[in-house]
Amino acid sequence: MDIVIAVVSAIFLLLGGFLCVTGGVGILRFPDFYTRIHATGVTDTLGAGLILIGLMLQVPDVLVLVKLVIILLMTLFINPVATHALAQAALKSGLSPLLQSKNHKGG
Amino acid sequence: MLIATTVAILVAMFLAMIRGIVGPTFYDRILAVNMFGTKTVLFISLIGFVMGRPEFLDIAIVYALLNFISVIGVLHFSGSVEFRHDDHDNSTVEKDS
Repeated sequence: MDIVIAVVSAIFLLLGGFLCVTGGVGILRFPDFYTRIHATGVTDTLGAGLILIGLMLQVPDVLVLVKLVIILLMTLFINPVATHALAQAALKSGLSPLLQSKNHKGG
Repeated sequence: MLIATTVAILVAMFLAMIRGIVGPTFYDRILAVNMFGTKTVLFISLIGFVMGRPEFLDIAIVYALLNFISVIGVLHFSGSVEFRHDDHDNSTVEKDS
């Protein structure tokens, strides 16, 4: 039973780390600000959630588990709010999204 | 596994820092700083487990709140004239793609 929990925790941690690296590559290579928000959103919700769940499976006592749940809830509530505010501020200030009709005129 | 995940988080933080340095618009830099802060929360949590001291999670909670307040605070002032975005700045982005 102990080794099952260790393996599941390792799977969660590695999957979360892989998603975080994927989001890092995405924020570096995506062409537009609004597409980079998508890459950041993947790491902020799913990557952080998977890593924190993987840590929750190997906690020593209950208080650490409570703190990890608090961090997970704050991550899940705070980061979409910050991303939404960022996208709204960018759109209000006149930063236009990169549309396909701008690249291929008449296409 | 903890150390491998920590290295992955460090790689993601490095890539986000590159985007924060070269980011063409003001909002790209804010986005990169936000992502860097989230990764810092995860990094502090993982380091606490690697070193066997889960008390680091308190620092992670404080850092998550600080990150949120800093992003919202900067965005509150981003509507003023100094940060006003001109659309011809975006033309460099469109040429790159």
